[in-house]
Amino acid sequence: MYVAVKGGERAIDNAHAFLAEERRGDPAIPDLSVAQIRAQMTLAVNRVMAEGSLYDPDLAALAIKQARGDLIEAIFLIRAYRTTLPRIGHSRPVDTGAMACIRRISATFKDAPGGQILGPTFDYTHRLLDFKLAAEGEAPQAPTGAGLADKMPRITDFLNREGLIQDEPPGEDTPPDMTRAPMEYPAGRALRLQALTRGDEGFVLGMAYSTQRGYGRNHPFVGELRIGTVTVEMDIPELGFAIEIGEITLTECETVNQFMGSKTEPPQFTRGYGLVFGQTERKAISMALVDRALRWKELGEENEGAPAQDEEFVLSHADNIQATGFLEHIKLPHYVDFQSELELIRKVRGAAQAAARKEAAK
Amino acid sequence: MSDYNFAYLDEQTKRMIRRALLKAVAVPGYQVPFASREMPMPYGWGTGGVQVTAACLTPEDTLKVIDQGADDTTNAVSIRKFFQRTAGVAVTERTSEASVIQTRHRIPETPLTEGQILVYQVPIPEPLRFLEPRETETRRMHALEEYGLMHVKLYEDIAKNGAIATSYAYPVKVEGRYVMDPSPIPKFDNPKLSGTPALQLFGAGREQRIYAIPPHTQVISLDFEDYPFEATKAPHPCDLCGDDGSYLDEVITDDAGGRMFVCSDTDHCESRRAAGHRGRMSPKENAA
Repeated sequence: MYVAVKGGERAIDNAHAFLAEERRGDPAIPDLSVAQIRAQMTLAVNRVMAEGSLYDPDLAALAIKQARGDLIEAIFLIRAYRTTLPRIGHSRPVDTGAMACIRRISATFKDAPGGQILGPTFDYTHRLLDFKLAAEGEAPQAPTGAGLADKMPRITDFLNREGLIQDEPPGEDTPPDMTRAPMEYPAGRALRLQALTRGDEGFVLGMAYSTQRGYGRNHPFVGELRIGTVTVEMDIPELGFAIEIGEITLTECETVNQFMGSKTEPPQFTRGYGLVFGQTERKAISMALVDRALRWKELGEENEGAPAQDEEFVLSHADNIQATGFLEHIKLPHYVDFQSELELIRKVRGAAQAAARKEAAK
Repeated sequence: MSDYNFAYLDEQTKRMIRRALLKAVAVPGYQVPFASREMPMPYGWGTGGVQVTAACLTPEDTLKVIDQGADDTTNAVSIRKFFQRTAGVAVTERTSEASVIQTRHRIPETPLTEGQILVYQVPIPEPLRFLEPRETETRRMHALEEYGLMHVKLYEDIAKNGAIATSYAYPVKVEGRYVMDPSPIPKFDNPKLSGTPALQLFGAGREQRIYAIPPHTQVISLDFEDYPFEATKAPHPCDLCGDDGSYLDEVITDDAGGRMFVCSDTDHCESRRAAGHRGRMSPKENAA
C-alpha cells in the first residue's frame, strides 16, 4: 500500500548531520585548521577568492573547509556571503604598473628593464611525486638575493612608444557592476572582463584553448605576466582625498597579438587583457586570450563563428555557480512534467500503432 | 536569525525587485530584466521565486510552498524553512489559508482568490529560447511581436506527430500581446492561468527576469482552430480521494507493472479525504 511520501524535513536534517560527520572525516586524524588551508592551500584559496569575487583569504579558506575541498561549492558559499555585504563604494583603479612583483616574465623580449623574475612557479619543476612531502615537518627555505628593481615598466609600453601596438587610452567612465545590474548584450569590454575574471577557470581555459586550436585564432604571445601586490586606495568623501585601505595580490597578463590590419585599423599588434585576484596565472592568461577573441568587432576582424568570439555564448556560460546550479537542479523532482510527457507519448504512440495496424490489415 | 534582514534580502534589493515587479504587472507577460542576487540556495532551485517571495512578504503574511503540487517535497520543505528562519512568517499547507504561495511546476487545484499571490519558480523564462538561443534575437522578436517561428514549431509538431508535442511549459499569449512561458507547469494547469482573481508573479533568478500576470488577465494557450488546445491528465480518478478532475501523479507500486494514480496536489487530496471522499485504494474503514 502506497503511503504518500512524508518526512522531507527529517530527511533533510539527517542528511545535513551525515554530511557534517563526513566532512570531518576520521576523528582520529587531527582537524584541519582554517589557518592551515589559508597558508598551505593558497592556490585553492586564490581560485575561490577570484571566482567568488571576494578578496578575503580567511573566508575563502573557511569555505574550502566547509565545502570538503569542493572548490565550486566553496565559491558558491563565498558568493552567497558576498551578496549580503553592503556596497560602500569603489576603490580607485589599482596601479598594476606599480605592482610589487614576486613574478614577472615576458615571452616577447629576452630581457627588459626590471628583468625576468620567475618567482614561485611550477613551470620548470619535474612533475615527480615528492614522497618526502608525505613525511611531516618540512619547512624549506629559499635563498634570498639582492632586491628587485624598483621599477618594472610594462613591456607593452615599449611597443606603444613605437606605435606598434594598438593604444589603450584610459577610460573615464565608471564601469558597470555586473553584480548590481542585469546582464545585457552587447555587454561592452569592461563588463566582459568582469564576467571573465569571475568566470570558471576550466571554462575560460577551454575557451582560450579553442582559440589556440583554430576556433577564432588570434596569435597570442604573453607580452607580460606579472604577479604581486598592489595597494588599494579609496576616496573618502569626509577627507577629500584617497587613502590606502589595503593590499591585494593580483595576477595580470597582457598578451600581444599579431594583427595584419583591417578596414578600420592599421597593421599593428593588438592586446588581450587578463586580471585576476591572487596568484592565478592559468586563469589570467586564459582570460587575456578570450578577451582578445571577443574583440573581433571593435578591431574590424572577421567573425568566424567560433565559440570564443561569441560574446553572448561565452558570458552566459562562464559562471560556474549559475552553471552548476542549473545543471544539478535536474536532480529535483520533475514527476509532474514527466507525467505529462508520459501521457503525451502514450497518446502519440497509440495513434501511431493504430495507424500501423490499419496499414497491415489492408 | 537576526543577522539578516527580514526575509533575507536587504531593503535596497527588495526595492529593486519591487520596481521590476511593478513594471511586470504594468506590462503583462513582458520579461523585465532585474539584477538577480546570489542566494544561499543554488541557481535552478528557485532563486528567482525566492527573491520575488522575499520582496512580497510582510510579517502578517501566511506562506505556502509547494513543489510538484506537494508541500512535503524536499525542496519545498527547504524553501519554506528558509522563510521561517529569515522572515518568521506563518506557514500553512492549506491553499485557501495562504496569502503568498510559492510554487514549482503546479498551480493548486483549489481556485485562488483575490488578494492571494502565486509566485512561480522559472528555469527558462524565454518561450522562444529553444527556437532561437540568442537573447539579443528573442528580445527583438518580442518587441516586433514576431511569433511566426513559434506557430511553425507547433505546426511541425502536428505534421510530424499528429499532436503538439509540448506537454508542459506550454506557451501562452498574455492579453493578446506577449507570448509567455508559464514555467514548467503541466499544460493541464494552463487554463487556470487565465482570469484568476489572484496575482501571478514569475521569477527567474539565473536568467535575471521577472514577469507577471495581473488578476483577471486573459491568458490563451497557443493552438490552431482545427487542433485546439487540450488540457490533458492521466485518464483515471485519484486512487486515494476518488477525484477524477485533479492532476495525477503515477506511482509505481511493485515490480510487476502495478501502479496507482494519486493527486499531485497533496492539500487538495487530504482535504477531500478529510471530507470523507474515498478512492480505489483507500484503506478500508475499520469495521470494529
